[in-house]
Order: sequence, then structure tokens, then C-alpha cells
Amino acid sequence: MKAATLFEELAAILPPANFKFIEEEMRPYECDGLSMYRALPKCVVLPENEAQIADILRICHAHRVSVVARGAGTGLSGGAMPDPNSVLLSTAKMMRVLSVDPLACIAVVQPGVRNLAISETVAHHGLYYAPDPSSQIACSIGGNVAENSGGVHCLKYGLTIHNVRKLRVVLMTGDIVTIGGDGLDSPGYDLLALMIGSEGLLGIVTEVTVKLTPKPQLAVVAMASFATVEAAGAAVGDIIAAGVIPAGLEMMDRIATRAVEDFVHAGYDCEAAAILLCESDGTPEEVADEIARVSEVLRKAGATDIKVSKNEAERLRYWSGRKNAFPASGRISPDYYCMDGTIPRAQLPRVLNEIAVLSEKYGLRCANVFHAGDGNLHPLIMFDANVPGELQRAEDFGADILELCVEVGGTITGEHGVGIEKINQMCVQFSPKELTRMHDIKHAFDEHALLNPGKAVPTLHRCAEFGKMKVSQGKPMPFADLPRF
Amino acid sequence: MIEAWQSQIKAAAAKGDKLAIVGSSASALPAVSTIDTRQHSGIVEYEPNELVIVVRCGTPLATVEKTMADAGQMLAFEPPYFGAESTIGGVVATGLSGPRRPYAGSVRDFVLGTKIIDGKGDHLSFGGKVMKNVAGFDVSRLITGSMGTLGVITEIAFKCLPLPKAQQTRVFDLNAADAIDKMNRWYGQAHPVTATTWVGGRLYVRLAGAAPAVKTAVEKLGGEALENDAAWWADWREQKHAFFAGETPLHRMSCKSTAPPLDDAEQAIDWGGAQRWIRAPLHDGAKARYWAKQFGGFATTQSAGSARQFSTEGLDPALLDVHAKIKASFDPYSVFPGLEKSPLLQAGEG
Ligand SMILES: Cc1cc2nc3c(=O)[nH]c(=O)nc-3n(C[C@H](O)[C@H](O)[C@H](O)COP(=O)(O)OP(=O)(O)OC[C@H]3O[C@@H](n4cnc5c(N)ncnc54)[C@H](O)[C@@H]3O)c2cc1C
Repeated sequence: MKAATLFEELAAILPPANFKFIEEEMRPYECDGLSMYRALPKCVVLPENEAQIADILRICHAHRVSVVARGAGTGLSGGAMPDPNSVLLSTAKMMRVLSVDPLACIAVVQPGVRNLAISETVAHHGLYYAPDPSSQIACSIGGNVAENSGGVHCLKYGLTIHNVRKLRVVLMTGDIVTIGGDGLDSPGYDLLALMIGSEGLLGIVTEVTVKLTPKPQLAVVAMASFATVEAAGAAVGDIIAAGVIPAGLEMMDRIATRAVEDFVHAGYDCEAAAILLCESDGTPEEVADEIARVSEVLRKAGATDIKVSKNEAERLRYWSGRKNAFPASGRISPDYYCMDGTIPRAQLPRVLNEIAVLSEKYGLRCANVFHAGDGNLHPLIMFDANVPGELQRAEDFGADILELCVEVGGTITGEHGVGIEKINQMCVQFSPKELTRMHDIKHAFDEHALLNPGKAVPTLHRCAEFGKMKVSQGKPMPFADLPRF
Repeated sequence: MIEAWQSQIKAAAAKGDKLAIVGSSASALPAVSTIDTRQHSGIVEYEPNELVIVVRCGTPLATVEKTMADAGQMLAFEPPYFGAESTIGGVVATGLSGPRRPYAGSVRDFVLGTKIIDGKGDHLSFGGKVMKNVAGFDVSRLITGSMGTLGVITEIAFKCLPLPKAQQTRVFDLNAADAIDKMNRWYGQAHPVTATTWVGGRLYVRLAGAAPAVKTAVEKLGGEALENDAAWWADWREQKHAFFAGETPLHRMSCKSTAPPLDDAEQAIDWGGAQRWIRAPLHDGAKARYWAKQFGGFATTQSAGSARQFSTEGLDPALLDVHAKIKASFDPYSVFPGLEKSPLLQAGEG
């Protein structure tokens, strides 16, 4: 008897509607939020439960066919971009909140559940899920776990890694494992820390236990205008120096405020070189006290204007501009490219100046929105893909920004992940030996390197071709270890 | 120092020798030679405005905390010392967090980056010194709490937080079940609670943060004030409280915060309900492990005033395999202690 083909085996375990291999049906999956990278997969599978995921992986493992996981496809680094030789596994049919325990402040959800849906589901208990990426109405918790996503409130409330307790994961072999626990620590190595941010390279997340946070009684945002970007940057340091950890601390430059103001009418001061949004939350007494202190610091730091939200509607309006910075850029430019470097905040003036110089050099505009509290920059490079050469210029501009971030002691990605986009810059940030340990970790979970191939951790071979191997003490590192995938 | 250690590790690897990594306390494990982490000490970088401190492994914890306190900041996971000489490298290797753990986070939550020398003698750097970093796998957090099994931690970058402006502890006479209920309820109500412990029929609740927030919470929660509360919490953190005294073995259980109290046990309840301590004969260890498993956790048996026990008990076989492969990658010649045999277990933390 002839051995069953991959497609026959997959068709046997999935309802017909959940197995797609015709080109038109696969088109919607050809890219994630980084739409300049596109490819069609071998086929698309939409499992409805963990058992089906385990079966799919077991089948693919037996056939040595690779698998790319996909949540909502809002990722900005090409992490969920298909591969022509891979099966694309979408979690779109796994959107149930499985349980909520308001007393223990936890919820157990399937991987396809939207980030905001968790907060909506638990709102009547006075709780919410704290990490709030701007894409929260669309992105999935499985994607958040894979990227260790952050949001504008992460300075105070932490990233995904600080808000996830336990995962159920299917390994490439089809083994189902529990990582983390219901307590605050678990036996063995901290594999939870390894899984979070692993970009779909180590296993498929099938269940996520998230920590819920009590909703603060009150939140108020102060919005300050500055005549120079440097002054705004310095004010951020002054707020921290005053012993305040605001619930959110964001900065936008004039190109960004002008773009969003036309779009959402948030009430931004478009004459200011930069504005800061600084949120305080807690009890009314606490908020009043903190806003008074912050306003004082902002004034001393040279703010030309300070507005404080008077009610919830106004607070949300101030934030709406920041949260819509990406789509707004899309309105003033045919295409935009969002970068994600993180830097020590003291380097901000230098980095912003150099970005301005690069902007001249490449002849492309660049707006800057910035998770200022934690040093995470989002330069938005504007270009027109229909103009020959502009896409390439935008990518080169972006790569220069990332390398600049590494040079000043920062990192190439704060929250969007490496994916396919920043794979070359990983060679700048890590030495071959460090990358080899990461390959070993990959190998420990996925021996045949079948999960999300070609993403997140470059082969040493690729680094050699890129020609920007990290050098140690002026000497190129020896190049002995062989790449595994 | 780094180069000397690298050669020492390479030599041990070549000969198949074992190395002991020690900080302030001597190792009880057999080893041919020793790496004394205190030889690599000092604060490399501290920028209070960046909320980042970078320190060498052998720096005394006391020095780190004093330096930060002078700038109005702290290590928010409130590490226990278990000995005045305790080093920061030991804290990270053992992954020890104190009473503030459920409210602020654990050691690994505040680790931004680590440098290590692995079992091949390679000096490697993972993570960094910025708040957000998702480039590659989060190896620096994997190393945190790995008990010296993956290498010598040489340098650590931490996220710092401001010291609270005000603090007060309130005490309530309650039985264990009611105390568990209160701990959980208050956790879900946005009070500035930073520690909760139930011991000897009393629930201790530490409130800390902005002065107005503490004041409001005191009015809402009630209870009696505890005099000299900082000393009480330090004793509790260091396991010098009377509960930890005596010879009866100590069992630690990590479990879901809402788990009911154990019947008929001499127990204390900590970490908002998520950490339980039992004084009971050794043979009760199995019972403790069984119980903890029922409530989504695990149990270990240890001596008071010492490090957390490293355990791989109850892990899925597939995960044990992952552990073994990670260990083999970082320590292929078994220079460092094996997964079940960290020297830190026997000898208090480094
Ligand atoms: C307008 C806009 C604003 C954004 N704002 C933010 C922001 O503020 N902060 C931020 O951090 N990000 C932001 N992002 C990026 C993106 O939304 C996040 O990275 C998000 O977590 C991706 O989730 P997703 O469900 O869309 O994942 P996808 O894009 O589908 O996948 C992302 C990665 O996760 C993997 N993956 C998905 N599901 C699983 C699973 N179940 N198991 C294992 N691996 C899986 C994929 O293989 C891929 O590598 C923004 C994106 C857009 C478009």
C-alpha cells in the first residue's frame, strides 16, 4: 500500500472547511502586518482544538514538513509570513475564553483570543489584562506570547512576560506540555521566559493562563508641549528622577502629531517640536498628588504648555492620537515602515539627530513615536513602493537605524520581534557563539528545525553572507560552529 | 578575572574535572577547584534616571541595595540575604525573591541582561541594559534561577524601581481560610499592598506607595498598625521569624493563591496565598508534594534560611528532555553541577 501523502493525512483529521490549499483561499494568509514580505504556503490548516494541533504537528513531523503558526497576522516583523514549503497553522478557530477566576485574578484562554477581548470579558469583575499593544482590538494572545508584546502601559504594568503564568504548548513531535504553573514559580529552568518571545520557533501555544490586574479607580493624562525634542527627552528622565513611574509615558514628534491630528483630531499641539503624554492612575488622591508632581517637573523641564485630561472622554481622546499613529502615517504616505529599536534613554537626542541626518540622506520622511518611559523607539519611515527604488531605500534606512540602536547600547527590537525583517541585524547584535547557543535551544525543543524556519535566529552562514558579523575586541570571532537551520 | 576563569573552566573541561561556583558561602559538593565570584565585584554602571543598574556577580547584595537606596531606588523583588555577605550573583543564580514577589514580580522579571561564562569557557552576553528587548530567545531569564548549572554568571543588568514614599503594615486576627480569602480579594482591588503573610493566627498586610494611597488603604482595610514593621518584614524575609526556628523540617509549597489551608498542619501562608510553609516530619514531604500538585504547584523540602530548592519533579518527560539538551549545550563537559545537584542546595545561597 502506498504511504498516505501529507495532504491526505491532514484532510483525514480536519473538517474540509478548515483545510485550504487552493491559491485564492490562501491569499489572505500570504503576509502579516509587514506586507512587503509575501509568500503562499503549501497549505493552510485551521485546527479547532489542541488535539488537532497535536495531530497536525505529528503528521508534519513524520513527513519532515515545516509549520508556521499564525495568530491574527498583525505582526510587524514577518514572523507569521508563510513559507512555500511549510504548512501555515492559523489559530483563528480557537477564540474561546475557557475560564475566568476573579478571586485568583487569572483567566485561561485559547491562543486565538484577541487581546482586548480578554479585558472585555473580565471587565465586570473590575479587572483587565494589562499589556495593551496598539493593535489590541485585532492581535491574538498567542501572537502576544510569541512576540512578548508590550503597550503604552508597560512601564508600570509590564510586558507579556510579566503577565502570563502558564502555557500549554504542543511541541513539534506532537507532545503536549505545560510550562509554568498556577503558583508564582515552577520546577526546573524558567522555560516560560524562553517560550515568551520565541516567535513560534519552539512550540505552538494552545492555552494561555494570564494574570489579570485590578482596574485603577481613576486615570488622568497630562499632555505637555516642548520646543525641542531634546527638552522633551530630558523631561522624561526628570519624571523618573522624581521617583514617579507613570502608568504611561509616550512621546511624539511634530511629523507624527501633524499626521494624527488631521486624522483623529486628538487636540495635539502641532506647533510643538514634540509632545509628551504622561498618565497617572490609582486612587483619586494618589492621582491628584502624582499629576501635581509631574506637572511641576514638566514645567521646570521647559514645557511650553501642559493640558491635563478633565474626564475619561478627554483622556481617551488624548490617547487616540498616539494609538492611531501608525494608520495616520498610512494616510499621509502611500506606505510606511515601522521600526522598533530600544535605546538607553540618555541616547535619545543623539539617536533622533542621526535619524534626521539619515532621513536627509535617503530622501524619505520619518515620524517618531516613542514609548519614552522604556526607551522603545518607533520611527515610521514613509515611502512609496510604486516609486522604483523607494522600498529598498526605506529598508536600508531602517537597517541603519537598527544598527545605530545597537551602537548606542540598545537593541534592534523592543517588542515587534525579529521575524524575517531583522534577521540580518541579529548578526550585529549577537556573536556567533551566542547565536549558536540560541540554535541549541531551538534544537532542544525542535530537533529537525521544523517550526517557523528561517525566522528570528539567523544561521551563521547567513551572517557570513551579510558580512556584518559581530566582532569581539576588534577581531572577528572564530567561525567554527556549523549552522543547524 | 574573566580570562582567568575562562582558562580555569577550559582546563577543567579538558580534564573532566568538576568546578564549584561559590559566593559568600562554601560549597559542600565535591569539586576539584573553585571559582570565587567575589573576585569579580563592583558596580559597572548605574543610571538612576534610566532605571538600570549593571553589577558584577561578586558584588555584595548589601552594596547594591545601599547604592540604590541612596538614589531613592530598590530591587523591587526584595531578595533575601540569608547571610550578611550574600552576593548579587548568588541571588540571580538561585532566583530568590522576597515578600514583594506577588505584587512587584520575581528576580527574572527585573533581570534585563546577563553575561555568563559557560562550560566551554565562552563569555557570552544575553539580553542587554534596556527595558524592552525581544531580540532572540530570552536566555538571560533562562539563566536566572538555573542554580549555576549553566555557567558562571559574571554580570547582571537589573531594572530598578523607586522606593515607596510611605509604608505601613496592618495586622488582622483571622483564621487561615479567611486570611487566604482576604489576601486574594485585596489583590483584586487595586490597593497598594506590597506583602501579605499569615502566621500564628494573624494576617500581616504591608501597604506601601504614594502617601495618599497608603492613607486611603489604611482607612479602607482597617486592622491594627504594626510597630517597627520594617524589622518584622526583614525577619520574615530572612526566615528568622519564630515560625522557622527549631529542628522540624520545613516544606515549601508553591500553589494557586486561592488554595485552601492544609488541615491540621503547622503552617504559614505567604505571597498572597501562593507560597505556603509547613513544619512537619520529613515523611510528610510526599504529602506536601501531592497537595501542591492538586493546586497547580509543586513542593520542596529545605532548611530554614537557605536557598530555594531546585527541583525538576513533576515536569513532563518531554520537558525533562529539553532540560537535558539545554544543559548539554551550555555545559557539554559537565564542569558545573548537574540538574539535580546544585551546590547551592547544600550550602545556602552564594
Ligand atoms: C497597527 C499596529 C500596531 C501595533 N502596536 C503594537 C504595540 O503597541 N506593541 C506591540 O508589542 N506590538 C504591536 N504591534 C505588533 C503586533 O500586533 C504584535 O506583535 C502582536 O502580538 C501580534 O499578534 P498576532 O496575533 O497578530 O500574531 P501574528 O502576526 O499572527 O504572529 C506573530 C508571531 O507569533 C507566532 N504565533 C502566533 N500564534 C502563535 C501560537 N499560538 N503559538 C506559537 N506561535 C504563534 C507567529 O508564528 C509569528 O511568529 C502592532 C501591529 C500593528 C499592525
